[in-house]
This record gives sequence, structure tokens and C-alpha cells, in this order.
Amino acid sequence: MNRPMTRRRIRPGRALLSALAILVAAAWAFPVYWMLNSALLPNSVLTSTTPRFWPAGGSLDNFTAVLSQGSFVPALGMSTAITLTTVAVCLLFAFLAALAISRFRFRGRTSFVLAVLFIQMLPAEGMFIAQYKMMSTLNLLNSVIGVSIIYIAAVVPFTIWMLRGFVAGVPADLEEAAMVDGCSRTQAFFRITFPLLAPGLVASGVYAFLQAWNEFTVALVILQKDEYRTLPLWLRGFVQASATRETDWGQVMAASTLVAVPVIIFFLIVQGRLTSGLVAGAVKG
Amino acid sequence: MPASSTATAATRAITRPRRFRPAPYLLVIPSIAVLAFALGYPLYWQILTSLQKFGLAQQFGKPPAFVGLDNYRQLFSDPQTWAVVGRSIAFCLANAAITVILGVLIALLMNAVGKVTRLILQISMLLAWAMPVIAVMTVWIWVFDWRRGLVNWLLTNLGLDFTNHNWLEQPLSFYLVATVIVVWMSVPFVAFSIYAGLTQISEEIMEAAALDGAGSIKRFFAIIVPMIRPVLMIVALLQVIWDLRVFAQIRMLQDAGAPTASTDLLGTYIYRLGVGSSDFAMASALSIFVLLLTLALSSFYVFHLMKEDS
Repeated sequence: MNRPMTRRRIRPGRALLSALAILVAAAWAFPVYWMLNSALLPNSVLTSTTPRFWPAGGSLDNFTAVLSQGSFVPALGMSTAITLTTVAVCLLFAFLAALAISRFRFRGRTSFVLAVLFIQMLPAEGMFIAQYKMMSTLNLLNSVIGVSIIYIAAVVPFTIWMLRGFVAGVPADLEEAAMVDGCSRTQAFFRITFPLLAPGLVASGVYAFLQAWNEFTVALVILQKDEYRTLPLWLRGFVQASATRETDWGQVMAASTLVAVPVIIFFLIVQGRLTSGLVAGAVKG
Repeated sequence: MPASSTATAATRAITRPRRFRPAPYLLVIPSIAVLAFALGYPLYWQILTSLQKFGLAQQFGKPPAFVGLDNYRQLFSDPQTWAVVGRSIAFCLANAAITVILGVLIALLMNAVGKVTRLILQISMLLAWAMPVIAVMTVWIWVFDWRRGLVNWLLTNLGLDFTNHNWLEQPLSFYLVATVIVVWMSVPFVAFSIYAGLTQISEEIMEAAALDGAGSIKRFFAIIVPMIRPVLMIVALLQVIWDLRVFAQIRMLQDAGAPTASTDLLGTYIYRLGVGSSDFAMASALSIFVLLLTLALSSFYVFHLMKEDS
């Protein structure tokens, strides 16, 4: 806490801080690197007594072995369908609600805001039995829709919360000025406010994407059949299947990499906008 | 909504609109509908079930009998429940505290270093943040593996004999591993949020404070903390909520070979009661308790929010 503040005047202090930052960055990225490294190495190297810290003599054999089992692509399709549905519907619903609570004063507004906050606190682990029974009655087990509905409900409160900050951050004066200039309220909204909200929508979309892509417990309960597995379920199945023999860590790490890589790529592409989105969102709390 | 113009906007602040306007209600209906369907009904079912006798027989069609608060009485006369509750609260508070402190320190670091270094640090944080929890667990279980894990190799080479040491066997080292993983996963969110808050503090204020002779520690507590307080509070609250119901991490570590009875936290214990023993009544009662516990822990924030909102 001492050092960050003196940085602007003392150069050596700043170099020291940079070194510290690189060290922290390396420490935080290491598990991800270790996953990639292990995925590239053959099992004979991984089971030797001395670990190898770089993938010398590595190959894509583990990936080939994992993919040749043929269960990856259907799981990828399932995950993609569920994630896209969740992100699209969630953004639409949350955006409308955020608009309502930041642009209108209406009876029940405070209760709605508090309810949104309250819902964050529901322990999801106690709900899945009821959710399972409900989806079973509606014949929505093993379906994209069944899982997506639960994901949307799980993600919408936080997304409303996040978007509310962004919508409130665009001054209503701007819209009103446009209306004075002859725009209708709808026109003013879509021409003025909406473009300014893009970073907020991206940030919320990323949040919804991550939640849906990575979710495990609900998927486990609702998607009972192997052919409807999402990627996290597929990965767990993979670990379990290999646990009966001695774990083939190379293949398990290759499988983990396959699950993680789409997320990481997506995340790094939107990185800049996400950070600026967070900045804007955080100001409004 | 063409009715609204600058004139009405100006009066809106003084007098509340008398006329009923359906627009805001139409806007919130989709969210309310999906929440009521996917969370509201299950919550209702859960409260109802916690007041009933609901085991395996009821699952197969036997009508459940209303037993009032009996389930709660039975639950809290069991010392195992209290052990789990105690462990969960300790785990939750320790993890949330470590996560927030590390997150703030890393955010200060991001703010202090140059552009390139900051980008490297941010990408590294994003990598950890983006990793799916199941992938995270498989990597960390591999790192802590008792036979060929990196940690044992490292500690053994540092002169401590950790050959074939099983980290998951003892509850304390089990929680140590769980804490490392949970903190590693959670810090990026905190760091980015706090960093976002820090970028809003103007340089002039900091410089003025420095000119007035305020030391860096004093500046941190007298200027930075009050300015980032809204972000800090919501982030701390979310950490407490998330860490109290931590499930996938504990579950996967247990799968990897830990004794379940001595390592269960609230999430896994509820799961075990519900799925393992088919005692849905007890599982529901404990879920309701967790809900009340979360509310109690976070009530300070809700009060704060209500004060600001009114």
C-alpha cells in the first residue's frame, strides 16, 4: 500500500513495482500455462519423477486422442446452443428492465431493485431438486430450452444490476435534447443512448456468456443423457472415465484446454471493451 | 412515449407523475416472468418442502405430511449441522477477506505501473478469470496431485519431504488447497472492479493531498478507500455470498479423494442430503437457513442501499 503512491516521482520504486507486477502476472497465469504444457507432453514424460517445464518434445497427440473419441463436437454444439440462447435472451430482458429502473420512476421500483439484489442470494444448490421436478413435468429435461431458462434466470439479476449503471451513466438530457430537435422518444433512444450503451452490453454479454458456458451443477441435474452433455459435463465425464485406470493427465489436460480455449479467446478479444465497460459500470455501483 | 418532453422532465423532479404509465411495467415483465418461473416457484417449493416430511417415499408419489418446524428442530439438534455451518462461515469469511485484500493490492499495482506492464498483468488476470471452473479444478488437482504433482515435487526439492503427501486427506490442508483455488479464481473480478474505481479518482486530488503532506498510507485510507467505497462494498458482499455457497470446487476436490464427512461445506452438505440421502425436506430446510444466513451477512449493505435509494 505504501509503494503505489510514491511511484510518480521515484523511478527505482516504479521499476520495482513493474517487476512485482510481472511476478504476480506470471504466478496468476502459471496454472493456465501448466495446463497447456501438460496437454502437449506425452504421458511418459508427465509420469517421470522430474516435471518438464516447457513442452520440448511435445505433440498434439493428446488432443488427437481426445478428439478421436467423437464426443467433443456434440458437447461443443450443445454448449454453443445453450450459451447463445442465454446471452441473447438475457441481454434483451435485462436491458429492458435496466431501462425501466433507470429511466422511469414507478410504483414498485425500489421493491424490484431490492428483489433483484435479493435473488442473488438464493442458494442455487438447494433449488435444483425443485427445478428438476419442474422441468421433468414440462418435458424439458435434456433440452436446450430447459437449461437455458434456468441460466437466464440465474444471470438476469446481475445483468440488470450491471446495465442499470450504464443506462444511468448516459444522461437523460442527451435524449431530451434530441427530442427537442424533433426526434421521438424511441428515435432519441436508438440514435443517442443505444450507441453509448454498447460497452455495457458487451460487458454484460461477456458475463452471461461465461456463466452459461462454465455452469456445471444445473447442467448435471437437467441434462441426464450423455448425448446432451455440455462441455463441463463432458470434461467431468472424461476425468471420471480416466480415473478408473491410472489418470492420463496428458489427455485430461488436453480436454481441459479444449473446454477453456474458446472462452479464453473470446475473453481476450473483448478484453479492452470489457475493462472500459467495467470502469463505466463501477462508477454507478 | 412521446408524451414526455423537457417540460415534463423538469417537473418530474418536483411532482411525481400522477398518470399511470404502463411502459416501465411492460419493460420489467419479461425479467419478472423468467425469474418467477425458474426461481420463484422452486423457492416456494423449497419453503413448502422444508415444512413437510419429504423423503424417498414422497418422491414416488406418497403425499407429504405437514410437520411444521420439525425439520429445522431435527436439523439443528444435529452437531454435524453446526460443524458444517461453522466451517462454512469460517471458510467464507477467510476466503472473501483474502480475495478482497489481494484484489485491492493488485488493483493498486495495476494503477501504479506503466501501460505495457499493466496490460500483461490484466491479460494474466483475464486468463484466470476466463477459465471454466471444471478446467480450473482439473489443473489444480493435477498441480496438487499426491504422486506426480508439481507442488510436492517443488517442496521436496526445497528440502521438505513432501513425497507422496496427500493434500486432500486432512481437512485443514484440504481447505488450504480449496482456498488457494477459490482465491485464484476470484481475485481477477475484484482487481478489475477496484481498478475501475481507482481510475475515477482524479490525479489532482492525490497530488493536492501529497502536497499537504499526507503520507501514502494516510492517502490510501483517507482518499482512496472512501472514493472506491461503493465498488469495494458491492464486491465484498458478492464475494461473501459466492464463497458461502461454494460448491463445484469442494465437490471436485472431494471427488479427487477427500473424506467427505469432515470436508463438507454448506453447498455440498445440502447436495448430499438432497441427492445422496433423498431427504429433500432436510435439504430444503438447510437451504432456507443458508438463505437467512446470507441475508443476515449482507443486511448491512441492503440497509445502506435503501438509505441511498429513498
